[in-house]
Amino acid sequence: MRYSVLQILKEGLTGNRGWKPVWREPDPKQHYDIVIVGGGGHGMATAYYLASVHGLTDIAVLEKGWIGCGNVGRNTTIIRSNYLLPGNEPFYELSMKLWEGLEQDINYNAMVSQRGLINLFHTDPQRDAAVRRGNAMLLAGAGAVLLDREALRRKCPFLDFDNERFPIKGGLWQPRGGTVRHDAVVWGYARGADRRGVDVIQNCEVTGFDIRNGVCRGVETTRGAIGANKVAVCVAGSSGQVMGLAGLRLPIESHVLQACVTEGLKPAIPGVITFGAGHFYVSQSDKGGLVFGGDIDGYNTYAQRGNLPTVEDVCEGGMALMPMIGRARVLRMWGGVVDMSMDGSPFIDRTPVEGLFFSGGWCYGGFKAVPAGGYCLAHLMATGAPHRVAEAMRLDRFMTGAVIDEKGMGAQANLH
Amino acid sequence: MIIDHPLLGPRDAAEFVYLGDACLIDRPDPGDENAARLFHDYLHIRDNPAGEHRELWFHEHGDRSWLVVTRNTLTHEIVRVELARDVALARGRDR
Repeated sequence: MRYSVLQILKEGLTGNRGWKPVWREPDPKQHYDIVIVGGGGHGMATAYYLASVHGLTDIAVLEKGWIGCGNVGRNTTIIRSNYLLPGNEPFYELSMKLWEGLEQDINYNAMVSQRGLINLFHTDPQRDAAVRRGNAMLLAGAGAVLLDREALRRKCPFLDFDNERFPIKGGLWQPRGGTVRHDAVVWGYARGADRRGVDVIQNCEVTGFDIRNGVCRGVETTRGAIGANKVAVCVAGSSGQVMGLAGLRLPIESHVLQACVTEGLKPAIPGVITFGAGHFYVSQSDKGGLVFGGDIDGYNTYAQRGNLPTVEDVCEGGMALMPMIGRARVLRMWGGVVDMSMDGSPFIDRTPVEGLFFSGGWCYGGFKAVPAGGYCLAHLMATGAPHRVAEAMRLDRFMTGAVIDEKGMGAQANLH
Repeated sequence: MIIDHPLLGPRDAAEFVYLGDACLIDRPDPGDENAARLFHDYLHIRDNPAGEHRELWFHEHGDRSWLVVTRNTLTHEIVRVELARDVALARGRDR
């Protein structure tokens, strides 16, 4: 069924009895051309683009839980392409272009809202860094506007401009940045893939890989063995565990990133705002809740919850930036387990095991990358060559020295 | 999380800075013929276990000692805390 305004009118007039489940629930076959491990944003987008761009449909997506239960439903829904380095920025700009056409492409309302994103700066050196980053964004076609204090004050009068310690000097604005309804993204991709013949298989955990003579020939699962010509692993957060089943060790640590949402408030915050003197970012959801977060907790963990000192630090940043939020009450907080790579940048690459592909190391920024991550992994699997914008995202880059160290922190995962 | 410091007793984990896997104590020999690969693995590759994990914590807002904390990464339960110096000496390092 194709979704449209006419369809809504028709169903509305006939008691909404014609809606069908959004995807089938097939039993796994014995063999597929391609098996994708992980039915999150990246796995599902990969399946969708393999089907829609490359015409490959003999595909199964295996999900341990249900579609939308992982990090695609635990993030803060922000999209942006405001990176600095040439190994990153064209990739995230491709992702932004795909976001802009996503809803028409998958025929699903993902509530893509380009309400703008502002990174604040508080010192002259930070302004210089923002100018440099803005120029990198302009070169990649991402667009960027440098806002001075007065222009920023007109957009966000509620900021504490004259904070004694961190006065706000301006901001770097990406007007095309914004937010997206996060779980609708994976549902929409799942529906689009399913309509093209991809099997979306939930409650199916991969427990091992069938590797013979260095070639991956399939996976073992809680629902039986499934053969495959190619296998892709898209399980960021658990990459170390799943790739460990294939005998591979990764340049990745698993960490927890927390986020909070307040009660619903009247519209107050125009887009996404990030603090430049601490780690705090905030946006306002369509329901009115302030969605905010900050740093990762900083220690290895697979628990989908963090600790209170980090929450306190995030809230202190929020209070320093916009004291008005002190009256808002936090309704919920949650945590998601993320792959922190050793240079803060992701991997889309083959592995030393033939036929086994890997997408991971998305750190705390995997959501915005979902369309391009799926697009580039599909390109690599279908054509055998990495996509032009993902060429630098290699698994062996710490051996070759071609790292993508966006923050210049060196090889310590919890500092990125 | 509360870290039971061997000298100072129970301390809030917020007083500490986290470095990572305690395998960082075992620095490879720069004279080894495979030194490039050994240092690559030492710096970048991690076991990243789900379960018990031995890791280095630095008591920055305390006595500035390095600790080896054995902690469960699924539950955050801390099962053992040792002075990193004792661990390093027991593993044959001279300090």
